[in-house]
Amino acid sequence: MPESTVILDALAIQRALARIAHEIAERNEVGAEVVLIGIPVGGDHLALRLSKLLSEIWRQPVPVGILDVSMHRDDLDQRAAPKVYPTVIPFDVTGKTVVLVDDVLFSGRTTRAAMDALNDFGRPKKIQLAVLVDRGHRELPIKADFVGKNVPTAREEKISLCLTESGADRDEVVLLKK
Amino acid sequence: MTDMAWNRKHLLDIESLTADEIVTVLDTARAFKAVGERAIKKVPALRGKTVVNLFVEPSTRTRISFELAEQRLSADIINFTAEASSLKKGETLKDTARNLEALNADFIVMRHSASGAAHFLSRVLNAHVVNAGDGAHEHPTQALLDAFTIRERKGKIAGLNVTILGDILYSRVARSDIWALTKLGARVTLCGPSTLVPKTFEQMGCRVVHNMDEAICDADIINLLRIQHERQRKTMFPSINEYTQLFGLNKARLAKTKPDALIMHPGPVNRGVEIDSDIADSSRSLILEQVTNGLAVRMAVLFLVNGGKGPQELTGN
Repeated sequence: MPESTVILDALAIQRALARIAHEIAERNEVGAEVVLIGIPVGGDHLALRLSKLLSEIWRQPVPVGILDVSMHRDDLDQRAAPKVYPTVIPFDVTGKTVVLVDDVLFSGRTTRAAMDALNDFGRPKKIQLAVLVDRGHRELPIKADFVGKNVPTAREEKISLCLTESGADRDEVVLLKK
Repeated sequence: MTDMAWNRKHLLDIESLTADEIVTVLDTARAFKAVGERAIKKVPALRGKTVVNLFVEPSTRTRISFELAEQRLSADIINFTAEASSLKKGETLKDTARNLEALNADFIVMRHSASGAAHFLSRVLNAHVVNAGDGAHEHPTQALLDAFTIRERKGKIAGLNVTILGDILYSRVARSDIWALTKLGARVTLCGPSTLVPKTFEQMGCRVVHNMDEAICDADIINLLRIQHERQRKTMFPSINEYTQLFGLNKARLAKTKPDALIMHPGPVNRGVEIDSDIADSSRSLILEQVTNGLAVRMAVLFLVNGGKGPQELTGN
């Protein structure tokens, strides 16, 4: 059995998201230009939560999209085909500040694929990156703009995000040691 | 990822697939259908890969559908047809395929008049092989697109009554459809002249009837197949006119079906033979949706087999 440690409980996740929402609001003065795009699995639910928090700060709705990046991955012939989720971006990203939302930042390859995939939908004015956990081990020159928690990890460890939206009985982020 | 129900290197038939694998293709195809609705309809999933479309038997719509699917996945494409090839000069299929592989082809999409041709290629080559129709054996991507279309329009497949009409004996589409739909829980009825719809098909888990009204009265889906003159070595029924009288779908017959029964046809349609022209163009006809969905399903199949290493990987070879 792998040993597991809770690194963020439900309250800590809520606080981290609230802080990220305030940082996004501080960085982007014009709320109307900001859209959130979540990367499944995990990032899509976090994007919806951030949108709710941000719309309370800005007192206006903040659009949310879902961007599946599996068709843009760079390792498709080295692994079994990943599960593909529907991409839903019900707005034009051109001229907008897109905040990409992901649960865990690791190698940076998912973020790169997301930026490529986003290109097919238009030309955002800016792209920013928000992640709940940054676990290090970057393989590309990519850095998050907004981080919920920095967690030093060993490469073979795994981080798993459980959210009530995806059927878990409580929110938590768990570190699984081998 | 361990939650993925696909580890196959090739798509050779439906018979050997599990229901989970079929559902994986359908779910993946849903995402690829959305790609076709965007302004930019291309994704880089097969960038740098070479696909050979080896169509030893003539085909237009399947080849064009595969070709567009490959282009939308950013693959490089070589089209190879029997008319303009060394096969005409007596080269064997194995040698032809090995030559194509020597050009570093990563995928071979093959249509061939011999049943089992795709299985044969998969055993002699390292490339991924996708069966685009082999003789009267199977046409797996057609069955997958039919299942996709039914699921999209009816919301499910399990429990539906699907009637397949026409030339079942010579039809690879019928065989693949029967495998796919029964695995997914549909009740399949076959109907047509007894020479073309022998009772032996009951062994595949279908009902066989030879009266059209009985076959379609409780159908949710009516799938009409073309009479394939080119595959019949002798005449299997007295005349086309008689076939139309007995098994053609006309307005009078359609009026006796369920009001929400939908009509499918893999094409090419013989208007006025197996289907009344107005019905083919009506809102109950899914014929053009099948074409659109075929593209998405073929993209999904190529995407999935690209990642599949096959059973040899599991045994550590």
